[in-house]
Amino acid sequence: MLAQAWQFLIAHPTQFVTALGVHIALSVAALTIAAGIAIPVGIVAAHRPRAAFAAINVANVGRTLPSLAVLALVMPLLGTGFLPSLFALSLLALPPILINTLVGIRGIDAEVVDAARGMGMTARGILAKIEWPLALPVIFAGLRTAAIQVISGAVLAAFIGGGGLGDFITAGIAMMAVPQLLVGAIPVTLLALGADYAFGALQRRITPRGLRAG
Amino acid sequence: MTWFLRNWDQVAVALGQHVMIALTALVIAFAIALPVGIVAARRARVYAFAITIAGFLYTIPTLAFLALLIPLVGLGRTNAIVAMVAFSLVVLIRNIATGIRGVAPDVVDAARGMGMSARQVLLRIELPLASPVIVAGLRVAAVTVISVTVVAAYVNAGGLGTLIFNGIAGDHAPKIWSGALTACALAVIVDGALALVEHHLARSSAA
Repeated sequence: MLAQAWQFLIAHPTQFVTALGVHIALSVAALTIAAGIAIPVGIVAAHRPRAAFAAINVANVGRTLPSLAVLALVMPLLGTGFLPSLFALSLLALPPILINTLVGIRGIDAEVVDAARGMGMTARGILAKIEWPLALPVIFAGLRTAAIQVISGAVLAAFIGGGGLGDFITAGIAMMAVPQLLVGAIPVTLLALGADYAFGALQRRITPRGLRAG
Repeated sequence: MTWFLRNWDQVAVALGQHVMIALTALVIAFAIALPVGIVAARRARVYAFAITIAGFLYTIPTLAFLALLIPLVGLGRTNAIVAMVAFSLVVLIRNIATGIRGVAPDVVDAARGMGMSARQVLLRIELPLASPVIVAGLRVAAVTVISVTVVAAYVNAGGLGTLIFNGIAGDHAPKIWSGALTACALAVIVDGALALVEHHLARSSAA
């Protein structure tokens, strides 16, 4: 079966490379957009208890929504293709990053921030030198969760014409052609595992030495 | 909206299937995770091993997992349930083990001092005190299985995803809305209900 999958792959090299490229582009773009929105919003909201409360609640609801339902809801509104898929995937990536940014900053020991303030640091200095580095590992954990979710969600984007490796899987299932389905399923699994590993390794590297456990 | 009102019976059937599939998967996953979690709470190496394997399974994209199972179990509900059990193990095992580990050692010592057997300590002290954390895990697992069930309609498992896929195939927006919004509502309601249970348990075990 694997040999047949390999044969299918080498018989359709451009198709595969295109799908892989679209999949990665979709995932990276969605993650970048979501991080670009969720991290600044999280930082601003973290210092305002009511905004933080509201943001956490909205994000918690957002996190529970089934990925496919969100993708499907976007289709009647924005149609099919790459951009509607990107929009839906960016929405799906927001909650974990937002929650972790808020939790990361709000979880910092108040005494540490007080001490910094007592030393005469400005709010900006505290953010840049104290809060950001201390919250970064937690924010990164959120990015890691979001990355896995987006790579997995991008497979489902095939249903609304987003392209990506999901195309091989859906076509393979529809025609009960196992080799073709494997050409989508195996690489996308490796992609998710690779991203998880890479983010995990990065997360350990950016954790300040004093905070590392073991 | 008119489609939804006129075809609410169709939506209700799909919703019923959805709940049944998700619940079956959750019960099986919990039955596996409970003994593993209990052992893992006491042995760090078992914990590390179980979490690594379950975490690996959890990382596999949903549709890829369902697809990879086709050569093994074919299409249908079994396929969907196997995938869902695999996806919910990591959070269940993690929360069961950390919940038990989080029980204050002096409480366990006191129970042992009163002459309770290891089994009694587990059933009457550790598991009840760990219950808020265990329910928190169940909550995440429930949301996960509800989400996976939507996709599982593509491998003929039934449920609300069927409406979505029929809607996409027939370019029939009201069907998509009905399936997708009902699935979202189900996830939000189940999450909220289990959050209430979690808070209630946390209050009563703290008292």
